[in-house]
Amino acid sequence: MSNIPETGRTRRVTIRLVVLQILVLSLLATLGGRLWYLQIRNAKEYTAKATGNHIREVVEPSVRGEILDASGRVLAGNETRLVVSVSRTSLLQQKDGGKAVLARLADVLGMPAKDVQEKVRLCDAKTPQPCWNGSPYQPIPVTKDATTQQAMQIMERREDFPGITAQPTALRRYTGAEGANMAQVLGYLSPVTDDEVSKTADKSGLDRYLPADQIGRAGLESVYDRDLRGTAGVTKLEVDNLGRVIGTAGTVAPQTGNNLVTSIDARVQKVVEDNLAQAMADARNTFDKVTNRNYEADSGAAVVMDVHTGRIIAMASAPTYDPNLWVGGISGKDYQTLTGKDSNFPLLNRAIQGQSAPGSTFKVVSTTAAVQAGYSLDGHYDCPKSMTIGGREFKNFESENFGQISLEKALEVSCDTVFYGLAYDQWMKDGGIKPKKDPGDWFFKTAHEFGLGAKTGIDLPSEVPGRVPDRQWKQSFYDNNKDAWCAQAQKGGNSFSDQIARENCVDGYQMRAGDAVNFAIGQGDTLVTPVQMARIYSALANGGTFYRPTIAKAVISPSGDLVREIAPHEDAKFPGDQKLLSYIDQATAGVITSGTAAWKFAGAGWPQNKIELHAKTGTAEVEGKQTTSWLTTYSKDYAVVMTISQGGTGSGGSGDAVRRIYQSLYGVDDKGNIDNGKALLPAPQAELPKFNPDGTAIIKPASYTVDQATGAVLQAPVPFDAASAQSGPALAATFLDPMPPADGQAPYTAADAALEPNRGPGRGRS
Amino acid sequence: MTSYGSYRQLRLSPQRTGVSKALAKDSPLWRLDWILLLAALALSLGSSLLVWSATRGRDNLTHGDPQYFLYRHLTNVVVGLVLCAVVIAIGSRRFRTIVPFFYAGVMLLLMATLSPLGSTINGAHSWIQLGGGFSVQPAEFAKLAILLSMAVVLADQVDAGEREFPSHRAVFRGLIWACVPMGLVLLMPDAGSVMVMSAIVLGILLGSGAANRWVVGLLVVGVGGSVAVWKLGLLSQYQIDRFAAFANPQLDPNGVGYNTAQARIAIGSGGLTGKGLFHGTQTVGQFVPEQQTDFVFTVAGEELGFVGALAIIALVGVILWRACRIARQATDLYGTIVSAGIIAWLSFQAFENIGMCLGIMPVAGIPLPFVSYGGSSMFAVWIGIGLLQAVRSQRPIAA
Repeated sequence: MSNIPETGRTRRVTIRLVVLQILVLSLLATLGGRLWYLQIRNAKEYTAKATGNHIREVVEPSVRGEILDASGRVLAGNETRLVVSVSRTSLLQQKDGGKAVLARLADVLGMPAKDVQEKVRLCDAKTPQPCWNGSPYQPIPVTKDATTQQAMQIMERREDFPGITAQPTALRRYTGAEGANMAQVLGYLSPVTDDEVSKTADKSGLDRYLPADQIGRAGLESVYDRDLRGTAGVTKLEVDNLGRVIGTAGTVAPQTGNNLVTSIDARVQKVVEDNLAQAMADARNTFDKVTNRNYEADSGAAVVMDVHTGRIIAMASAPTYDPNLWVGGISGKDYQTLTGKDSNFPLLNRAIQGQSAPGSTFKVVSTTAAVQAGYSLDGHYDCPKSMTIGGREFKNFESENFGQISLEKALEVSCDTVFYGLAYDQWMKDGGIKPKKDPGDWFFKTAHEFGLGAKTGIDLPSEVPGRVPDRQWKQSFYDNNKDAWCAQAQKGGNSFSDQIARENCVDGYQMRAGDAVNFAIGQGDTLVTPVQMARIYSALANGGTFYRPTIAKAVISPSGDLVREIAPHEDAKFPGDQKLLSYIDQATAGVITSGTAAWKFAGAGWPQNKIELHAKTGTAEVEGKQTTSWLTTYSKDYAVVMTISQGGTGSGGSGDAVRRIYQSLYGVDDKGNIDNGKALLPAPQAELPKFNPDGTAIIKPASYTVDQATGAVLQAPVPFDAASAQSGPALAATFLDPMPPADGQAPYTAADAALEPNRGPGRGRS
Repeated sequence: MTSYGSYRQLRLSPQRTGVSKALAKDSPLWRLDWILLLAALALSLGSSLLVWSATRGRDNLTHGDPQYFLYRHLTNVVVGLVLCAVVIAIGSRRFRTIVPFFYAGVMLLLMATLSPLGSTINGAHSWIQLGGGFSVQPAEFAKLAILLSMAVVLADQVDAGEREFPSHRAVFRGLIWACVPMGLVLLMPDAGSVMVMSAIVLGILLGSGAANRWVVGLLVVGVGGSVAVWKLGLLSQYQIDRFAAFANPQLDPNGVGYNTAQARIAIGSGGLTGKGLFHGTQTVGQFVPEQQTDFVFTVAGEELGFVGALAIIALVGVILWRACRIARQATDLYGTIVSAGIIAWLSFQAFENIGMCLGIMPVAGIPLPFVSYGGSSMFAVWIGIGLLQAVRSQRPIAA
């Protein structure tokens, strides 16, 4: 054999071939390893990326649930509008990018073609408004007010309008049922912001905000947003590398939100709103002899509460606004009108966000405090025309002197000096200016027990707590303001406020005699909200239970089934005994028959022997402003509280309005005749409304129109002629609209106002 | 194996004709490497599904017929099989004699490509349009021409029994034969094919038993040339971008890194068993460019998952394993050199192509043998299979 082997290979070649084979094998092994790394080890990461690559979500908004009144009347509902939308994905598939279609669409809608094109272009850094800010896969609305005819034209000629839809779409509508406005209670919606969408992107269900969502921002819309909102439908579109839609990866249909049944009665609400507005209009026509000008009556609030449950039957706040301004996005101009400096802030719900000194309406608290502190209900207390406390003279109104009177009488005639005396006595017992270690502080303690200085927990957002100016508050207030006071004191001015600043700089943290006695008559630094007072007077009416105020009664599914009930919640009990309660009951009834409110109730024909009312008036003084009118009342079933800022005296400013609210509730005419058929709500409505299978409420064919019409006849100061008496609604409107000044002025002359004892200079150094 | 004597007798016996001759124990069919053949066939036929899936929705390419690429790919496979059979029928020894004609033909095609007859696709002037939607990429055949001509030149003296190893002169001459077509392809410019050809040359030098200094020298020239090209700025911007995207996978996923990022997403999202044929979201959504040709592996990765993609690598492995076996058992050095060249060729292309889909190699326009859509590539690799089979069925000359 030669050295050339038969196979044609030498040893060197064989070795090299083996090397080549090993090299090839290792290369293949490398590929296999890398494949494992990508597909097995990192599969999750790449699956997520692939999903993000090719899935786009299109959101179909859900229909928001309705807010209903106690009988099922729609307070906040939905209105169907014809919305014409353009699908960009479809436009892009057309040869000219949809230009011809858009031009035809503009023609049908009667809009300039340019406007339509601008509305459907996408926003970016270089594109100014108008442009579409949402997802390019979301149909872009061109108009929300298409007529039926326009919609028909578009839908009948589908071949001419590829990618254009004209669909009935639900928009929020605040119905103003029965004429009730309720703007602040209902609240409003606004679209979610990009920020909210991206912040909740990794959540699911109701926690996740979708780009087309409208969110409740105030009032019930905000608190019960999760119940009302429903869940939006999501269609997952598969798209290709150019964003063209190539398929659907699943659709979840939108789910209508649940309905919210409230305890509001729209008819009562309307009466309360109108009477509040009327009372304020009247006040503006009433001369204030203290400031020598008419009352400003800049704002006011009224609450009607069911005393047995704490449920709100009506809640009004003035000034108010049209909640429909928010629907479909509020305009910049409207927003300015609602929130600007000169707006007087109609967005505020003054029934829960307006706070002021309660004046004499606070005396039920003081009376309870005095009894708690050990003063006898049977005792007689001196009611001189004035008292000098801490070197300052505290007077009764008009310097009246009632001599020795009982606490009941003191409440009824609202004798300040009796309460000054009691509070001063207690203050001295607690150590006076140098308080003992564990002072009784009965007045402050009792105020806290009545729920003052704390939120009531009503189911509305942004409630304010008010203020009980106790020792603790004095100290923290001093710590916060000491520097400012001392700076003012340094300047050495001689005005009243300079003197106060000087005193405060030195010992502003002290609970002085003046502070203590001012608190006893609801003056000084005391602040309460109308809903707090309604809660207190409800407790007096129901035998001593403090309920948490609520507006919502139940959540009802779209098909009318009960989802959950919002039960009344007992918060606390009246700190005194039943004897004290009936004592206060008697005293507050006396206010109606012979006390400070008599001229507006017993004296104005109220049938007190048939329907017993209880009241306490309050006229709170505010530094630099006119007096605040307070009227807190209750019957067997209802507590009605009204307050008007710079509105005059308690009974003078609010007396007529509150009486008329009771008249409407119980069907009482001006002469005191009771007609149950005309009563709007002789007893609170306990049951939930019944629902049709389609989810709409069955509303009893109430005779409310007749009620209102006759109510109007009853209430109207001038008799109407027969013709207008027959046309109910027109009459109702006459009554419910603010009365002409000439009619309203008569009962409110300065002379009449004098019947209501005004508070003396009982002012703290606030 | 039977003895040579009986072989001769059987061949000459007159009664053996037709079917009985074809099925006889000593017929060439028995001597074929069926494992190699079936592996290549499985890859070619299986890949038709991948090509189909990748092109079904690409209306701009398919002229509205979703099966357009499926049919054409299958046609390519059939033509490839015919070419393979022809090469086997010619036989290794006889084919060796016609290599000069093959070489000359390829050179003519290459020059025609560079002339106005050629056309430009994707920036490379490397195609000849034949009309009817058919086109030829002569660079694919140039790989064969280099392989064969070098094998002839290097094995000449050794197979004649004059030398144990190819002489320096023979190696030098072989390199000249290789450089001419490489230069022409570089002019197109088709750097990817030149890289494949360099790999082939390296494989041949290894398999021929040429002196170590040649092997080392070629490596030095390769590395030095690469550095020079880089330093002298001879690379186009797109080539620099490809390297940049390779070096940093996170780079600009919407720009230069788009291809590789999308390819990785497609493969990675396939998981163990894939999303199912025709159900790959990346594939259906056409997120991966050039998916029926250079990135066809991503279809397998996404729709057939780890199992399917690994099967492709395994089949490539089987082909290369059989090719190594044939190289070792070849009866002459010519056969060994041809086999080694084919191993280098297929393994380099497979590694580069799959590696680029997996993000461990930079992007280059190199098809995956037997799998990527493309007639010229398919024909060339099947001719390669034919050459391997011919080498295997070649009987040694009687000593």
